[in-house]
Amino acid sequence: MKHTISVLVENQAGVLARIAGLFARRGFNIDSLAVGVTDDERVSRITIVADGSDYTLEQIEKQLNKLIDVIKVKTLQSDSVVSRELVLIKVGCTSKQRAEIMSIVEIANGKISDISQNTMTIELSDSKDNLKNYEELLRPYGIKEIVRTGTIALQKGDATVKV
Amino acid sequence: MTVAKAMTQALKAEGITTVFGYPGAAICPFYDELLNTDIKHILVRHEVNGGHAASGYARMTGKPAVAIATSGPGALNLITAIATAYMDSIPMVLITGQVNTEQIGRDVFQEADITGSAEPFVKHSYLLKNPADTARVFKEAFYIAGSGRRGPVLIDIPFDVQRAEIDFEYPESVDIRSYRPSSLGNGQQIKRAVSALSAAERPLICAGGGLFTGNGAQLMREFSQLTDIPVVSTMMGLGAMYTDSPNYFGMLGMHGCKSANYAVNHCDVLVLLGARVGDRAISAMQQRGGLTVIHIDIDPAEIGKNLAVNIPIVGDITLVLGQLIEAVKRQMSHSQWIAELDAQRGDNPIVPAARGYINPKQFMQILDRALPDNSVVVADVGQNQIWAASNITFHGGRFLTSGGMGTMGYSVPAAIGAKAAAPDREVVAVCGDGSFQMQMMELATAVQHGINIKVVVMRNNCLGMVRELQERGYDNRLTAVSLDGSPSFTAIAGAYGIDSMTADSPESAAEAVDRMIKSPKPFLIEVSVEGSEKTIL
Repeated sequence: MKHTISVLVENQAGVLARIAGLFARRGFNIDSLAVGVTDDERVSRITIVADGSDYTLEQIEKQLNKLIDVIKVKTLQSDSVVSRELVLIKVGCTSKQRAEIMSIVEIANGKISDISQNTMTIELSDSKDNLKNYEELLRPYGIKEIVRTGTIALQKGDATVKV
Repeated sequence: MTVAKAMTQALKAEGITTVFGYPGAAICPFYDELLNTDIKHILVRHEVNGGHAASGYARMTGKPAVAIATSGPGALNLITAIATAYMDSIPMVLITGQVNTEQIGRDVFQEADITGSAEPFVKHSYLLKNPADTARVFKEAFYIAGSGRRGPVLIDIPFDVQRAEIDFEYPESVDIRSYRPSSLGNGQQIKRAVSALSAAERPLICAGGGLFTGNGAQLMREFSQLTDIPVVSTMMGLGAMYTDSPNYFGMLGMHGCKSANYAVNHCDVLVLLGARVGDRAISAMQQRGGLTVIHIDIDPAEIGKNLAVNIPIVGDITLVLGQLIEAVKRQMSHSQWIAELDAQRGDNPIVPAARGYINPKQFMQILDRALPDNSVVVADVGQNQIWAASNITFHGGRFLTSGGMGTMGYSVPAAIGAKAAAPDREVVAVCGDGSFQMQMMELATAVQHGINIKVVVMRNNCLGMVRELQERGYDNRLTAVSLDGSPSFTAIAGAYGIDSMTADSPESAAEAVDRMIKSPKPFLIEVSVEGSEKTIL
């Protein structure tokens, strides 16, 4: 089962290595990991999507909490979060196909970030499932390259994960 | 002042009077400043033993002890000691030299990423790059190592940082927003625990090593007396309960005794006190219906990790035991359950060994009878550890061993550390001929610094525990377990100027033990054990 975990950490050298090492040596599986600084520049927020049973999730939370640099750990409930992943997809296209692709991008609320004679680079931000859908729609044109950020997530409504 | 001087001032502010270490170029500025203090430096003969010695020291004082090494290989040699301390929750602060800041990452001479290498085995670590952080880092390191679930903390300090000039003022207090170890147990859970215990017909306490690190052994004995709950012990918890107590039923687990394992398998409420339910202990503790588990530990991550728990209590073991005693109030009685357990007590029959040998259990019993109550026995790893654990009795004494990691070569350096911390107590290292040869260079350390440890080498000319495993699990196909070629250990002792004796019969064992305990200097006994002796019957 997939779990989305928000982790607030001290923004210090080596913190990411400690967390990555913890997941590796305890055999926890990471689906994605995204990290960036928060509104307080001394604090970074790491969003981890991990796979595992409830027992594994409990261990992940407890082991993360043992790291001195970890300030707060919260598993976000999947039905009450806004979660997004950003992908850049470079597809091959001829001038005739451009309109078709643009209509898909429009439906997906995406952007054309770059265009050349033979390619278009499309920027999409959405939930993981929707992105998968759009990726399949674009596949017939020939995906040359794809890069994704990993999921980031916030709780809906008033709920926050704060120091 | 220089950072090097500040480091020594920080140690003094933390009350450190003795450190263990091995110098090298990258840590020389610190060593130079150490000369200007009255801190005693004990030079070991291998860095790993500096770490183990600090472990032995810390286990006696209950406070973080310090080991020092230089950069690269010196620091790397510490890792096994760090991991050993981490597994057994021993408070230590490790100080390592590092190459110059601007050279880090260039693979210069004696450079190793020690904070990275040691990461899985430290409670926390620092690469001290900013000289101005020195005071804060030392204050935090000692605080983290010595609070919550104890553990090793590493401070890695580049050469140029040690020579930098700073304004130094040691902080009085420390506040780490992301580290606030819990203290009191949750009141609701305490109530639940007491009601479960009140309803229990066959309650049992399992005493773990946390009773020593958390200083709760005395309160545990009071709790057991008040509630009349029998006690079994993990190997790490040996000595917390007095062996002669009518409520004590011995060590549980794979190498434990019948009465302890019977108790674990027949209790209805099990109270785990500072025990992490390691796999060697848990083999006796299969999950079964109708069992209520109350787990008391300072580390929430241990609760529910290896055994499903009904009533979790996170907190300082001394405070939680205080809360429990307060909540129980009335004297309980479980005489029927204790009578049932009494019937399971087996005597430990000694089969006399062949001529020229002594039964190892018999030797341990002779040693045990001769040792003063407050003695410290430091067991190594292997058959010697099991023979010692099963035959040494306790009434105020201590049993130190590498319980979690099972690190061979622990006993002699840890005994040196323990003796340095408690010079008035008898400290005996018990090891095998395999483990002794991993650490015998440390006899020099004991001689050089006048540390009067006693060493017992159980000689059976093989790696006995592995041999037992091969006999049982590999159809008696013995491989790589013969120790032919080993020297005479009394001759080795003699070469270091240490008195020694061979014990190859009950009579010579009694005489050797008597001489050893009367000796005001280090002493070694080489015990002649038959190769066929076992730990599991």
